[in-house]
Amino acid sequence: MALPSGTFNTRYEQAFAIFRTKTHWAMLVGLFLLLAILPLVLSSYLLTVINIMLIVIIAVQGLNIVIGYCGQINFGHAAFMAVGAYSSALLMNHFGLSFWLCLPLAGIITAIIGILFGLPSVRVKGLYLALVTLAAQFIIIYVIETPLQWLTGGQWALRTPAPKLWAVTFDTQVELFYLIAGFTVLMTFLAKNLARTRIGRNFVAVRDNDIAAEVMGINIVRTKVLAFAIASFYAGVAGSLWAHYQQAFTTTDFSLMQSIWFVGMLIVGGMGTIVGPILGTMFITLLDQLVLMFTPAMAATFPMLTVAQISSIAMFVFALVIIVFLVWEPRGLAHRWEIFKTSYRLWPFAY
Amino acid sequence: MTFFFQAVLSGLSAGAVYGLAALGFVLIYKTTGILNLAQGSIILLGGYLFSSLALQLGLPIWLAILLSILIMGALGYSVERFPLRPMLGQPHLAIIMVTLALAIFLNAIVTSVWGEFAIMATPYFLPAGTIEIGEVVITLNLFWSFIIAGAIAGAFVLFFQFSKIGLNMRATAEGHEIVRSMGISVSAIIAVTWAAASIIGTSGGILTGQIRGIDYGLADYGLKAIGGAILGGIDSIHGAIIGCLIVGVLETLAGGYIGHGIKEVFPYIILVFAIVIKPYGLFGLERIERV
Repeated sequence: MALPSGTFNTRYEQAFAIFRTKTHWAMLVGLFLLLAILPLVLSSYLLTVINIMLIVIIAVQGLNIVIGYCGQINFGHAAFMAVGAYSSALLMNHFGLSFWLCLPLAGIITAIIGILFGLPSVRVKGLYLALVTLAAQFIIIYVIETPLQWLTGGQWALRTPAPKLWAVTFDTQVELFYLIAGFTVLMTFLAKNLARTRIGRNFVAVRDNDIAAEVMGINIVRTKVLAFAIASFYAGVAGSLWAHYQQAFTTTDFSLMQSIWFVGMLIVGGMGTIVGPILGTMFITLLDQLVLMFTPAMAATFPMLTVAQISSIAMFVFALVIIVFLVWEPRGLAHRWEIFKTSYRLWPFAY
Repeated sequence: MTFFFQAVLSGLSAGAVYGLAALGFVLIYKTTGILNLAQGSIILLGGYLFSSLALQLGLPIWLAILLSILIMGALGYSVERFPLRPMLGQPHLAIIMVTLALAIFLNAIVTSVWGEFAIMATPYFLPAGTIEIGEVVITLNLFWSFIIAGAIAGAFVLFFQFSKIGLNMRATAEGHEIVRSMGISVSAIIAVTWAAASIIGTSGGILTGQIRGIDYGLADYGLKAIGGAILGGIDSIHGAIIGCLIVGVLETLAGGYIGHGIKEVFPYIILVFAIVIKPYGLFGLERIERV
């Protein structure tokens, strides 16, 4: 890890620190200030977009742990999120548990389901694992919709009360923003630290070469299953937030398309980095909003286009963005950000 | 018992049509090592194209079939140039994502041309009516789609085994370097493979349309065939057909005895069990790689 010009580590604590320099701390404080001020200045619509984006960041952060760090393909992340959303909503509706208990419980339940579908990763990898997770996507949604219909209400929307903390009920966009942003910061911080621990290093070792990792004494079975469990925990937390944020949701919120979006965001952002999921989610959300913004203009300029044609523009753009990134920048926006940071650190010297 | 035989027979014809879609998967996987998750969307586009050509342009059925197959073949051929050629040798995730992006792209074409979730009028060309074998009643369109699917699959296997291009395809499946050194253009062969896979998939889609109508669900039908392809072994041609027949029968039986909803996910349940118990399928080539 290159250090900025003129910065030297003289103590171990300095080498361990996430925030090393004054610039880092200034940026952290700036981020918190921004998060504090943002809901006060933004319109309600933009706040809705950002709230959804923050929830998705948590989900993609989890996906990054299993795909980016551990190298196990997962195309069922949205279904895991559905498990979290439904378990959180049902725990609250049927047992009257508080949101602050529902959220971790939803994470744990999802982690157990994640372990179940992660177990095949012990036997197969690569393409076969991708297919197992793809099947998981369909099977989980089917189980929620049909055999568990008496519990979940099938394809009907499930209503969820808003989260409460003492006297405060989080039911406006501004209040929800603070709640969700708090969780996003917390989960991102946990992911960053996880990547630096022994578990995180094990993940990377298994990703880069599983046989070499096994030879070095890493328990591959445990590592892979743990990666699925942690990723599903993140999905569960994101799902729980989604349930209590939307206050009414259906299984269509967690379709295969959503899973593909998550992987797409991860690829655009950059796999195996913490900043990647954040950048990728922001990029795709921004793109989505831009397309939405230009839709009325498009409709006015080209009156012969039908509604379906205009609404399919987003799909065209998304497909092209994924292909362009995979072909020309497979390491994602995070790599560009790294290049920028490296040159910034050495500034004013060329190298 | 009558119900059982009824289900087995209609399952067999459903499986035979799955087999056509699965052949597309297997063919592309064998020659390029790419798992083409866009197959479902190729089938969707092909089915819509056929319906549009036959009913909206009023072409005769045989011409509509021929044209839609040719157009989809040309599409498959051009897909190889972009985005697939730069992806050769990339990690699995990247390749699968490219095919998924391709699937989204093709779905977007379908949406923008025919409207969102449009249900197409299906030009039926198979004879209506039923035949009775003992107490078992089979509709004629199921019977004929089984026969036609079998004929297409058989013709394809012959093409793959005995024609010059088929031989080149099989050689490419063995290894790209050797084929190149023999003066065969690998990218041309891969393009032909994609074209062949699209053609077979489209004909499967047209046949499925005869059974269940042409709508957005064709994409799901195409994707479900992957269960059969895995069960039979993803790199085995006859395995894919046999696997799909098994999946078709089991799916119909499960739909009949457990509940209709499970039909939609049953191939995926089979897929998970097949991968956990026998990852290389019934007839696939076993590459021992234990970790």
